[in-house]
Amino acid sequence: MTARTGGSFILDDPAPLVDALRADGWRVIGPREGDGAIVYDEIETAADLPRGFVDEQDGGHYRLRESGNDRWFDYVVGPQNWKKWLFPARQKLWSATRTADGFDIDPEKVEFPKTALFGTRACEIAAIEIQDRVFDNGDFADAGYRHRRENTLIVAVQCARSAPTCFCSSMNTGPRAEAGFDIALTELEDGGFFVECGSDRGAEILDRIDATAADAAAEEAAQAVTEQAAQMQMRSMPENIAGLLKDSLDHPRWAEVADRCLSCANCTLACPTCFCSDVEDVNDLSGDHTERWRVWDSCFSLDFSYIHGGAVRRSTLSRYRQWMTHKLSSWHDQFDTSGCVGCGRCITWCPVGIDITEEAAAFAAEPAEPADAGGLET
Amino acid sequence: MAKLKLAVWKFASCDGCQLTLLDCEDELLEIAGALEIAQFLEATSAIDDGPYDISLVEGSITTAHDAERIRAIREKSKVLITIGACATAGGIQSLRNFADVEAFTSAVYAHPDFISTLKTSTAISDHVTVDFELRGCPVSKHQLLELITATLAGRMPRVPKVSQCTECKLNGTVCVMVAKGTPCLGPVTQAGCGNLCPAHGRGCYGCFGPKENPNPQALSAQLADLGMASRELRDFYRTFNAGAPAFAEESKSHE
Ligand code: SF4
Ligand code: SF4
Ligand code: SF4
Ligand code: SF4
Repeated sequence: MTARTGGSFILDDPAPLVDALRADGWRVIGPREGDGAIVYDEIETAADLPRGFVDEQDGGHYRLRESGNDRWFDYVVGPQNWKKWLFPARQKLWSATRTADGFDIDPEKVEFPKTALFGTRACEIAAIEIQDRVFDNGDFADAGYRHRRENTLIVAVQCARSAPTCFCSSMNTGPRAEAGFDIALTELEDGGFFVECGSDRGAEILDRIDATAADAAAEEAAQAVTEQAAQMQMRSMPENIAGLLKDSLDHPRWAEVADRCLSCANCTLACPTCFCSDVEDVNDLSGDHTERWRVWDSCFSLDFSYIHGGAVRRSTLSRYRQWMTHKLSSWHDQFDTSGCVGCGRCITWCPVGIDITEEAAAFAAEPAEPADAGGLET
Repeated sequence: MAKLKLAVWKFASCDGCQLTLLDCEDELLEIAGALEIAQFLEATSAIDDGPYDISLVEGSITTAHDAERIRAIREKSKVLITIGACATAGGIQSLRNFADVEAFTSAVYAHPDFISTLKTSTAISDHVTVDFELRGCPVSKHQLLELITATLAGRMPRVPKVSQCTECKLNGTVCVMVAKGTPCLGPVTQAGCGNLCPAHGRGCYGCFGPKENPNPQALSAQLADLGMASRELRDFYRTFNAGAPAFAEESKSHE
């Protein structure tokens, strides 16, 4: 433990931090401007960060605009999320080669260099912690995931504004990250950064930087920043949604949302907590060499629930219901937490703007009689 | 084990899908080694009268003669696989299904009476039983190789019927519809091209035809909100897969 663990400091801008991380051998993945959105990719210096941008978000709508000021982090979450790095979309698990008397298996070695996730928001930390429960879960832990997580350092950015699609306040996941980071930055109203050190690893990085200790006024100013982001939130999730959905399985609202839903899977694939995957075997023409890959999948695809004789949940109604009830209700039974962190991605990146909070509100407004499981639409 | 006999057939089409097979340069020798090519006019003049283990069929049915020919091919083929939008949905030439073919022939040809053609362009599966359909205009080389490899290995090919959006998300492509307001057929189109258009900042044109459980009505409502007029919507669904039932029906509702 260095003197800095648990301390707080002031920095003029994020550049020395990016430099210190790289000097200490960390690959830095952070927000960048790409194809009209904020995407997460490798950055070499703070100059790669999308300074002076702000996003405009609503159901099925996103635009990235120049903000007209030189603030660093006024945009919030974009189409991608950190699972792109921690739980890659396509992953080779092993390959096998035919031999004279059988086959040899060659497990794929996961190589994940020390990586700093720079600019992680509070809801995203909560999402990573949810995926930790899914993949790093004792006897059945995913060795690759665990390796990647062990080599991960989190540099959080505390949100100074919320998009209209954000509802982390009502999910108790943000906008201020209280823990789960190694270092956290708050961009203060009148410039400069309030820097919190959350771990020894974070302190080792901060030891490389010439940062002055923060005083109580700076801490108060930092609290005010996230307070202001929380005040901006326009959407929220009803508190009793988990139980409400359990009683609403044959509610007429499902048919209404299914009329609008494209079953395109964007919501699940953009969601930072969705963890479903498919495992596929790919062999070459000779049949002598085969590879097993793990690929992101979604409960919106029919093959996802293919069992002997066909797929279950054939209708879009039952697919949307699976997504929403898993996220907000049965996730609690499975993992002791909600599967939603309130990041709003499923709302923004749904091509037709279906809004999980609006759907939830509809169930809350007209609670159904407890479900008659016998009559459920599949 | 005797080599499986492969035949490749052409109906009304542009040859692009057969060319995709020839485009598998690196793998062609291996394919030729694993299969006996019994009939493939694009590649060889050798002709074998069959029967065939696998027939790959390109093109749609537009004449009475072709309707007869596909039945004969079906009878001689253990497995019949259609390749491409023409064979699986009638192709771009199925635009005739929405128009008056006689008016076309008399406008275009000096002697329209020489033209013997059906009023429609239809998918092979409208005429005979098809064992597997490979979508695309043209088909993807990757999926074609997967199809051949899987057939040789005796397993089902891995050709997901999910949305084009799935490919965008797996590739980290920013959605052009949400981030730019660009009309895109991806949410109702089957994946397979490898995310070609959205990765280049364009909307999907629907080359791979309707996905499983498509909901074009809901998509059209959103496209109308993005500013597409009814006529544009009608035409949007009327390209390579105009004849695919889900697209045909949706386009008709905007006439
Ligand atoms: S369900 Fe939607 S709002 Fe909740 S975490 Fe997933 S993408 Fe974000
Ligand atoms: S909502 Fe669907 S894709 Fe997401 S974790 Fe649940 S079952 Fe998987
Ligand atoms: S809710 Fe939206 S993003 Fe999700 S499957 Fe339906 S249309 Fe696609
Ligand atoms: S660009 Fe088109 S295909 Fe890709 S996610 Fe958006 S709507 Fe779907």
